[in-house]
Amino acid sequence: MTHAEAPTAASPTASPPAPPLAEAIGLRRDFDVSRPLLARLVAGEGRRRLRAVDEVSFAIARGETLALVGESGCGKSTVAKLMVGLYPPTGGRIRFDGAELGALASRRAQAAYRRRLQMIFQDPYASLNPRWRVRDIIAEPIRAFGLLPDRAAQRARVAELLTQVGLAPADGEKYPHEFSGGQRQRISIARALASAPEFLVCDEPTSALDVSVQAQILNLMKELQRQFGLTYLFISHNLAVVRHMADRLGVMYLGRIVEIGPAETVFATPRHPYTRLLLEALPDLEMTGRARTPVGGEVPNPIDPPPGCTFHPRCPLANARCRAERPELARHGTVEVACHAVEEGRLAEGAALPVAPAAGA
Amino acid sequence: MSAAPRSPGRLARLLDSDIAYSFLHSPVALPSALVALLCIGGALLAPWIAPHDPFDLAGLNLLDAFTPPVFMPEGRLGFLLGTDDQGRDLLSTIMHGARISLLVGFSAVLFAMTLGVAIGLLAGYVGGSLDAVLMRIADIKLTFPTILIALLIDGVVRAALPRELHDRVALPVVIFSIGFANWVQFARTVRGSTLVEKNKEYVQAARVIGLHPLRIMASHVLPNVLGPVLVIATLNLGFAILAEATLSFLGVGVPPTQPSLGTLIRIGNDFLFSGEWWITVFPGLALVTMVLSINLLGDWLRDALNPKLR
Repeated sequence: MTHAEAPTAASPTASPPAPPLAEAIGLRRDFDVSRPLLARLVAGEGRRRLRAVDEVSFAIARGETLALVGESGCGKSTVAKLMVGLYPPTGGRIRFDGAELGALASRRAQAAYRRRLQMIFQDPYASLNPRWRVRDIIAEPIRAFGLLPDRAAQRARVAELLTQVGLAPADGEKYPHEFSGGQRQRISIARALASAPEFLVCDEPTSALDVSVQAQILNLMKELQRQFGLTYLFISHNLAVVRHMADRLGVMYLGRIVEIGPAETVFATPRHPYTRLLLEALPDLEMTGRARTPVGGEVPNPIDPPPGCTFHPRCPLANARCRAERPELARHGTVEVACHAVEEGRLAEGAALPVAPAAGA
Repeated sequence: MSAAPRSPGRLARLLDSDIAYSFLHSPVALPSALVALLCIGGALLAPWIAPHDPFDLAGLNLLDAFTPPVFMPEGRLGFLLGTDDQGRDLLSTIMHGARISLLVGFSAVLFAMTLGVAIGLLAGYVGGSLDAVLMRIADIKLTFPTILIALLIDGVVRAALPRELHDRVALPVVIFSIGFANWVQFARTVRGSTLVEKNKEYVQAARVIGLHPLRIMASHVLPNVLGPVLVIATLNLGFAILAEATLSFLGVGVPPTQPSLGTLIRIGNDFLFSGEWWITVFPGLALVTMVLSINLLGDWLRDALNPKLR
């Protein structure tokens, strides 16, 4: 039971665009945040819905890492859970290797795809069942998909996985509480790799870890990606981590992708005002001593989002059009941006943003 | 599972645990555990260690009836706690009666636990309208006093079945009545813990794999919600034994051919005012000792497992 030695990602010779491995098309997810029926009747109010993810589309090529960044509550974790099927989407479609996941009727057909996509979770203290031995935790996907019927082979596979993530085969006998956060995350990764998946959804896999351990885990993930040709959807709010990991970068704001493109391009020449503010808030050596533009204001309430462009209350470039009309993603070179100001060229490329938001909410 | 040697050894690890420390250092736990063990041991081993066989009609002698306990002037060495109106040795009857009481208690708790845990898991994990319906049923159940439900079930069975058949099913009926009256506490506790556990990421990880919900409930959620269930089960055991005694005292519990502690107390009650107090007092004392020690043990377990009280 070994991974197919997949071709290493994005080889420069492959000029015709390969079909994407995973694809989200107009993905939408609403949450019902209504109060209980009785309270609603008494107060005479209707149902309240929160749109956590709104018309999100992206495609991830085989072997590539797409990172989604954004503030807390922007819907990036919801996207992750939609992609692995933890939530059913309210609207839109998810395609994996050409097949539409929502359309797979039988459990058997679903299992064939589920084996190929796995998830790594944020909290290494909650993501491992405290009552299970590590070897059983890691072997669970193998057993669930019936990959190795005989126990000896399962044990050997678990030992192999533990070695791959930098732990000792003997660690399989222990319980999760005997490990540190970083080690637990390694166990999580071993479990995710157990069914030899091609696509891993990583929901803030390092945000609960020490900075020194973060780097180890990220390097491990990169190494595994290289070794097995894995494809990552990487969710994070940490731009430094994203810079290390991402091939492509999507910036989310209030359930929508506002800018998406090759990570290097987005980091070098951010276009959307929100991306620019985020990157300017990132400390680096060259910036030392220079004044930074803070991202003013709060994220609006997603139950009652502002009309037009949802970023306009905090945007230094907003005008009347931004307050009325919602911008759609438009291509600018290799990058797609959803912003009227960028489209109209209100601000010259490279010019500094004005400090204060132009208008209050 | 393999029998491979584990590095620290299971027993050593158990002795090293917080629970073991708390057990050995609690002024209540060790004595009550000893007393409970004595009661349970005496009851279980009754057929072998009891001085007489109270159900062997050939061994009974009506002339022995109403012999007072051994420390009274008319007491006889053969009957440590005296005899009842049939000439049965009280100590032996109590030991055999405790057997019935414990049998009913354990079975009723087991039944209540199985039913309650299943309903609680289902309600908590599935949620939505199933949760609402199950929990409203639980609320309705809570508005009826336990004894009333047990009396009701017993009464219905009694009316529906012919007498000779009734005696045969009396024990299961009592177990069912008491168990059915107690499942709500288990269901609510398990539902609460399940609501917490089901949102943890290890459950989500199992869902990503695509495991069947029933399998996730059984293998992931259940082991993590069992802690409080054990505490409730222990506390409930004392209660179930008491409930059985109450029913038997009222004459609707187990048949008189298999007297439990409650039946013995009821029989003795008739002679309380004619001077033969021991017939009812000793079974009563046995009941109190047993239930008290089990309850104290349950209280200790609850505190020991509660991290906030450490």
